[in-house]
Amino acid sequence: MRNPLSKTIVTIEPSGIRKFFDVVSEMKDAISLGVGEPDFDTPWHIRDEGIFSLEKGRTFYTSNAGLKELKIEIAAYLKRHYGLEYDFNHEILVTVGGSEGIDIAMRAMLDPGDEVLIPQPSYVSYLPCAVLANGTPVVIELKEENEFRLTKEELEAAITPKTKLLVLPFPNNPTGAIMERLDLEAIAEVVREHDLFVLSDEIYAALTYQEEHVSIASLPGMRERTIVINGFSKSHAMTGWRLGYACGPQIILEQMLKIHQFAIMCAPTASQYAAVEALRSGDEDVEQMREEYNGRRRYLLHRFREMGLQCFEPYGAFYIFPCIKEFGMTSEEFATRFLNEEKVAVVPGTAFGECGEGFLRISYAYSLNSLKEALDRLERFIAKLRNDR
Amino acid sequence: MREKILTFIEKNSRIDIKELAIVLGVDEAAVFNELEAMEAEHIICGYPTLINWDKIGGEKVTALIEVRVTPQRGMGFDKVAERIYNYPEVNSVYLISGSFDLMVTLEGRTLREVSQFVSDKLSTLDYVLSTKTNFILKKYKDHGTIMAEPAKDERMLMTP
Repeated sequence: MRNPLSKTIVTIEPSGIRKFFDVVSEMKDAISLGVGEPDFDTPWHIRDEGIFSLEKGRTFYTSNAGLKELKIEIAAYLKRHYGLEYDFNHEILVTVGGSEGIDIAMRAMLDPGDEVLIPQPSYVSYLPCAVLANGTPVVIELKEENEFRLTKEELEAAITPKTKLLVLPFPNNPTGAIMERLDLEAIAEVVREHDLFVLSDEIYAALTYQEEHVSIASLPGMRERTIVINGFSKSHAMTGWRLGYACGPQIILEQMLKIHQFAIMCAPTASQYAAVEALRSGDEDVEQMREEYNGRRRYLLHRFREMGLQCFEPYGAFYIFPCIKEFGMTSEEFATRFLNEEKVAVVPGTAFGECGEGFLRISYAYSLNSLKEALDRLERFIAKLRNDR
Repeated sequence: MREKILTFIEKNSRIDIKELAIVLGVDEAAVFNELEAMEAEHIICGYPTLINWDKIGGEKVTALIEVRVTPQRGMGFDKVAERIYNYPEVNSVYLISGSFDLMVTLEGRTLREVSQFVSDKLSTLDYVLSTKTNFILKKYKDHGTIMAEPAKDERMLMTP
C-alpha cells in the first residue's frame, strides 16, 4: 500500500504535553489550574436565546458569511469598544471560533515560501496553521524583561525579504501580556515600512485590566493590512458554542470567505442567534466577569510576591506566567513534581514554545477558593524546594 | 469602593478583610474602615448564613402570608408592619404593591405551628382584614443561590 499521508501533515508535531495532561485527567483529586476556558457558564439570557432559536425551528444554514443581524451587531460592538469600523456586508466573516479565522486567514494570504512571524510563547495553533498554509513559520522569542511584549527591535531582527505576515497574539495566552498603544505604534511603523500584513488575534480583548484594549487595526494605515480575529469564547464564556469572527479589508475577506464556504458552509445557526443577544445586551455580563477575573489576578500576583516567586504583572487574558528558574528544573519537571507531590496541575511554559522554558502557565479561570487552596500548596511546595537546596 | 465591597461580600461574607483588600486592589485599612462605617450606618445589616435546612432532616416549614390591612391614620402601613415584624417567629415583612399589602414570611416547626400563629396572632390584630397562607413546598433558589448541589467542573483539559 502507498503511504496514505501527506508529507506536510506528518512533519507537524502533535502537542508535546499530551502525556502530561493524560496523567492529570487520571488523577482524581487533583486541583487543576490548567484549563484555558472561562469557569463561568454562558449568561442565561444568551443561552435562552439559543434555546429559543431551536424552538423556533431555526435549524437551517445561515448565509455563508453569517447572519446579517449578527454581522451588524459585530460591527457595532467593534466600533463602540475599539473604535474599529467595518462594513458588515464585505468586511466581517462569522467563523467557527477564532481558530477557524486564524486558519483561513493564513490560507488566504500565504504562498509557499512566505515567512510568517510568530511571537512565542503563544497559543499553539499559529505554527501548524502556517505550515498547513504552505507558509514558513519564523518564531520570535519574547522576553520576560519586556513583559513578553513584542518590541520593534525584535520584530526588525526577524524580518527578511520573504516575510509577509506577522501574527500578533495579544492579550496573550499563556503569558497574559498585552500591547499598549505606544507598543503597537512602534510595531505598526515597522509593519508599514516593510509592507507586511498583520493577523491580530484579539480573542481576549475584552479581558484587559488596565485600560481598554487597543487594536492595531485602529492605528493609521493599519486597517488595510490587518485581519482582526475575535470571538465569543472568552469574552462571553461561550467556548462550546464555537463562534468567532474575522474582520479585515474586503480583498482578503473575499478569499477567506471562499475557503470558509467550501470547508465549513457556515457557523452554527443557534450559536449565531445566541451571539446576537450576547452583543445586544451582554456588555454588563462581560464587565462582571472581568471584575471577577481581575480580583483573582490581583490575588495571585499578591501571593506570588509574598512567596517571593518572580512574576511580571499580566494585564490581560486569564493567565499568569510565573518564573521558576530559581529552582533549577525544567518547566515540565517542575509541573510534574508539583502534580505528583501536591496534586495541582499547571501547564509547563514550554507547551507554548521553547522560550516558555522556566515558566508556568497558571489559569485563573477558577474560583477564588480553588485558587487559594492551590496557592497554599504551591507555597508549601516551593518552601520545600528551597529548603532542599 | 462601597459598592465593590458590598457586591463581593453579598456573595461571600466570610472572606477575610486582608484577602478582600487584595482582591479589590485597595488598602486593607480602608476596607476595614468602610466595613465598620457601613455596619454603623446599617447599610450592612448582618452576616447571616444561607442554610438548606432540608438536608438537616428536621421538620421546618416556611410560609408566605399575604396580608391585607387597614393603614393606620398618620402612620400608614409602618405601624402595622411594626406590630407584625416584632414577633420573633416572623422572618421578613415587605410592603407590596398589588392585591394585598404586606408579605410576611414565617418559619415554624410544623404546619400547625404556623397556622396557629396566623389564626391566633396575625388574623386577630385589629387592622388585619384578611390573610392568605402559602406554604413553601420546595426551595429551589434563595438569595440568588441555587439550592441544588453545585455543578461539577466539566471542562476538559485540552491542548492549550
